[in-house]
Amino acid sequence: MIDLKHVSYVYQTGTPFESAALNDVNLHIDKNTFTGLIGHTGSGKSTLIQHLNALLKPTSGQIIIDGTDITDPNVNLREVRKKVGLVFQYPEHQLFEETVYKDIAFGPRNLGLTEDEIKERVYEAIEIVGIDESQLERSPFDISGGQKRRVAIAGVLAMKPSVLVLDEPTAGLDPAGRDEILDKIRGLHQRFDMTVILVSHSMEDVARIADHIIVMDHGRVAFYDSVNEVFSHAQELRQIGLNVPQVTEIMRGLKKKGYPVDIRIHTVEAAKAEILRLFQEKKLGERQC
Amino acid sequence: MLKDITLGQYYPVKSPLHKLDPRVKILLVFAFIILLFFVQNFVGYAVFALFTGIVIKLSRVPMKFMLKGLKPLFFIMIFTAVLNLFMVQGEHVMFRIWKLTATYEGLRTAVFMILRLVFLIMGTSLLTLTTTPLALTDGIESLLRPFRKIGLPAHELAMMMSIAIRFIPTLLEETNKIMQAQAARGSDFETGSLIKRAKALIPILIPLFVSAFRRADELAVAMECRCYNGGENRTRMRELKMHANDAVASVIVAALIGTIIFTNLFPLFSQFAL
Repeated sequence: MIDLKHVSYVYQTGTPFESAALNDVNLHIDKNTFTGLIGHTGSGKSTLIQHLNALLKPTSGQIIIDGTDITDPNVNLREVRKKVGLVFQYPEHQLFEETVYKDIAFGPRNLGLTEDEIKERVYEAIEIVGIDESQLERSPFDISGGQKRRVAIAGVLAMKPSVLVLDEPTAGLDPAGRDEILDKIRGLHQRFDMTVILVSHSMEDVARIADHIIVMDHGRVAFYDSVNEVFSHAQELRQIGLNVPQVTEIMRGLKKKGYPVDIRIHTVEAAKAEILRLFQEKKLGERQC
Repeated sequence: MLKDITLGQYYPVKSPLHKLDPRVKILLVFAFIILLFFVQNFVGYAVFALFTGIVIKLSRVPMKFMLKGLKPLFFIMIFTAVLNLFMVQGEHVMFRIWKLTATYEGLRTAVFMILRLVFLIMGTSLLTLTTTPLALTDGIESLLRPFRKIGLPAHELAMMMSIAIRFIPTLLEETNKIMQAQAARGSDFETGSLIKRAKALIPILIPLFVSAFRRADELAVAMECRCYNGGENRTRMRELKMHANDAVASVIVAALIGTIIFTNLFPLFSQFAL
């Protein structure tokens, strides 16, 4: 689905301020996967995702999405942006229209759809993100922060991308708002077979909903594997300034104390099951004695 | 694309000119400009050229930068020169085209006009090239302070200037981000008719204004919270202090003034042009 081959990107080439943001990145992301992208500030995450819909063109290397080479200078940018939807950090800052409806309709209108199609898409998008129809005629500047963010995400969803990239969609939201947004994203992935790439700082979030994780460090891919595998490298992750989820931390602690638990566990549910299993085994063992 | 915009043209090198007190620099540039209008003959301009040349050399700003400042005014300079050439009345006729007469007096005024403009721009560029925008506002504030007695809000004006300067890079970054976000929603800024392209700016300008107002609001609240209330009894981290070199610079400019007055009083061989 998405293929990055030897992608490098250098900011301000040819000036004394030259700095490499991406360094020989090779990735293959399958269709219908949910990938988490983590890395500390300045690791190249944001630069990487801007390459996925050709907002940035790599200094060298190739990016192929669904068989189309988007690094080709003659590529139809509108097609690329229709295919890959990108939700920026704090997307509510890009709202500008008079009404919520018009703002969500901005993307589809740019695609050249008819009024009927646009309407259909707007209604579909608000249904997905959970905005009530009664809000459509309100000004996007009059609604609450969480609602604004949903409107902004709906604006990208209304373009019906087959790949959805979100840059920290939960930043600055309260826990309830965060859970809701993450639920909606997971729902999208499951209901519409959307390929999702989620950039996040929060290990907990990524562990909970992603099935693969890309770890970026200094413009390189440090790890790219299933969630289980990546979180089993706690030592290395810590070295590049990242943490594993707290439950994984607990499991590692237990292991250190001599309990035979799986240290790759990264969700509370799995941890609970594992600890119960431990007690069960212990009981069995005692009984056998 | 937007990263190429630089405001204030400060050229960061170390030179005796960079080290001067901004207040002294501002006053000296004023003196320089006023003096420029008193020059009446070629000897005076020669002195000016020599002085400006030496100062540029001292400032260690490459000549290329100085000339770049002249470029946008090239058209105006040519325009004034042509206007002067034909409009100035005189006795010594050089040539006639149709009803227009070019005189030697006109030529003289035209050349003087160009020289005046060139020195004017070079003098002011030297100020902005060797002084950081912040030092400049500090200097202006300090110079305007005496006018507070007649109700001029000197500190507030300077504060507004520094805040504006400080937010330029922030807003540029913001603009870039918004442009990308709208491009991701299929906006197209590069193709289409002029009207279409102007319309494409609306989705950028509105969020930009909204965020600028939000930032202004936040900054105002943050300043209130720290009990900011204008310039009364405020001390500053970097006090402006006069040094020996400021005195030296003032003496040099005073010498220049003296020389110009001398050339005006005794127009030695300055009549050779006519």
